[in-house]
Amino acid sequence: MFSFILRKLATVIPTFIGITLVAFALIRMIPGDPIEVMVGERKLDPVMHAAAMQRLGLDQPLHIQYFRYVKDLAQGDLGISLVTREPVTKEFLTLFPATVELAICALLFAVLVGLPAGMIAGLKRGSVFDHGVMGVSMTGFSMPIFWWGLILIMYFSVTLGWTPVSGRIDIEFDIAQRTGFLLIDSWLSGEEGAFKSAAMHLILPTIVLGTIPLAVIARMTRSSMLEVLREDYIRTARAKGLAPTRVVVVHALRNALIPVITVIGLQVGSLLGGAVLTETIYSWPGIGKWLVDSISRRDYPVVQAGILVSATIFIVVNLFVDILYGVVNPRIRSAK
Amino acid sequence: MTTQVQIADVVPSYPSPLKEFWQSFSHNKGAVVALFIFLSVIFCGVFAGWIAPHDPVEQYRDHMLTPPSWAEGGMSTYLLGTDELGRDILSRLIHGARISLFIAFMSVLMSLIPGMVLGLLAAFFPKGAGTVIMRVMDVMLALPGILLAICIITILGPGLINTMIAIAIGTLPSYTRLTRAAAMAEINKEYVTASRVAGAGALRLMFLTVLPNCMAPIIVNATLGFSSAILETAALGFLGLGVQPPTPEWGTMLSAARDYIERAPWVVTMPGVTILVTVLSINLMGDGLRDALDPKLKRAA
Repeated sequence: MFSFILRKLATVIPTFIGITLVAFALIRMIPGDPIEVMVGERKLDPVMHAAAMQRLGLDQPLHIQYFRYVKDLAQGDLGISLVTREPVTKEFLTLFPATVELAICALLFAVLVGLPAGMIAGLKRGSVFDHGVMGVSMTGFSMPIFWWGLILIMYFSVTLGWTPVSGRIDIEFDIAQRTGFLLIDSWLSGEEGAFKSAAMHLILPTIVLGTIPLAVIARMTRSSMLEVLREDYIRTARAKGLAPTRVVVVHALRNALIPVITVIGLQVGSLLGGAVLTETIYSWPGIGKWLVDSISRRDYPVVQAGILVSATIFIVVNLFVDILYGVVNPRIRSAK
Repeated sequence: MTTQVQIADVVPSYPSPLKEFWQSFSHNKGAVVALFIFLSVIFCGVFAGWIAPHDPVEQYRDHMLTPPSWAEGGMSTYLLGTDELGRDILSRLIHGARISLFIAFMSVLMSLIPGMVLGLLAAFFPKGAGTVIMRVMDVMLALPGILLAICIITILGPGLINTMIAIAIGTLPSYTRLTRAAAMAEINKEYVTASRVAGAGALRLMFLTVLPNCMAPIIVNATLGFSSAILETAALGFLGLGVQPPTPEWGTMLSAARDYIERAPWVVTMPGVTILVTVLSINLMGDGLRDALDPKLKRAA
């Protein structure tokens, strides 16, 4: 098992180095240099320009700059925002929990609804329920989620007035940041109504961000269930006279879940991408909205950091899924 | 001898590949309906100039935010109503179809062709070029599609052509991996060896011998790529990074409509419904195509 994990880790290293190269190259491929971006429209004295370039170390040869970048990175330094002049790492750490909270809720929503729906659809193949689930998941899969978000706001927030339009919590609450996850922080604060407010703010973004993963998980669970139910060991289990629920839950579901786990891992990528849109619609103060805002402000160090971080999350989660896969299925572990 | 002749007589005439394809495709009713919806969207896109009742950028200042014709206060001249600048929504949607389909088509083509070439190279030269290509693809795959597109647009700047490039680069890895996997499965089959022994060069082997046999999964993937390209174009437009106004693009229309969500819900509803219906029809069609082209996958799904 240990050597399996090491092997998996080794395959990730070149990808990670590639990502740092991309993030590094990005900021240097943008027309104009950071100094010109910083001063904007104003004319810049060439001497001052050169001095500023030297101060930022941008006059060094590229490979030296790259090694310095990696060295800073290893120390958790993502550079300094051109707009706020704050370290990017600090800004990132205050915004990141918001995105993680939203992503976890969306993924939970997708799994808790998608998995049982796909399972039942697979078991009752050809039934009305099956067609319903497949129709809904096909629609969810085709959904432009930014529009879906607007429609939900239009109906639930504007027409019915059930949920708030944007943000994470009503402004009247001033919650001390402990974990950064507002659901937990508002619970701990003990303020009346704070938890409810945070939860209400989460509902719509969770549905919007969870829609596509939900559709994918439901479809995958169904087809994987159908596949497994045809296997010989299921027939054997039935022939032995086991109760139908035992056959489904113990024998079929366990094996059917293996491909579903991979799909859930891959959905983390779409969650990160979807977070950009969802956070923009709901003014959710997370890294997705931060990234989009930074692009329009031409705050390149932030964009660079955002790309590096999202890719890293994607790599790490999928590495974790790969390892989990090996835990669930011993055959994969020993395969060379 | 006589028995042999009899057998030859009994052998049924096989339907032509096209007919066979249509038979299995039309088996899936949803796919056929989807095909007709999609064809009408294409028709609208191609003949937008003739079909659209108004000029898509003409601003009828006296009729700003007119509701759809069936709603209270609607006008029959503006079937789906007008937007915040008094432009006819239906005409903008019809012209938008042209832009969305064009971007999607070009971006699929721009990722499909290099993707196939890279995938074949990776399959035929697994030691040298293959390793490098696949590593680069791994890196590209680690960046979520829309983020990679945003990242490219940051460099290139927003616009129609840059949107295509951004989407094409984002989908390149999937075609490369798919072609490589399909080619790897074919490469050791006897007909390839026979062709190699007969003296076929590497290029001939790659493009004429192996590639045609890898097409089924690639075509299915291209269909799905087409629908996700439409979604991504709209998403970029919505974020203000895609096609720039006043060009009528579905996502850009939605982005402008956000502020009128309370006063004029139709401005928000119409472009979204159009995107959803188009993408849904392509995806349903893709399902039918998969069933028809790839019987092996049919059983799996």
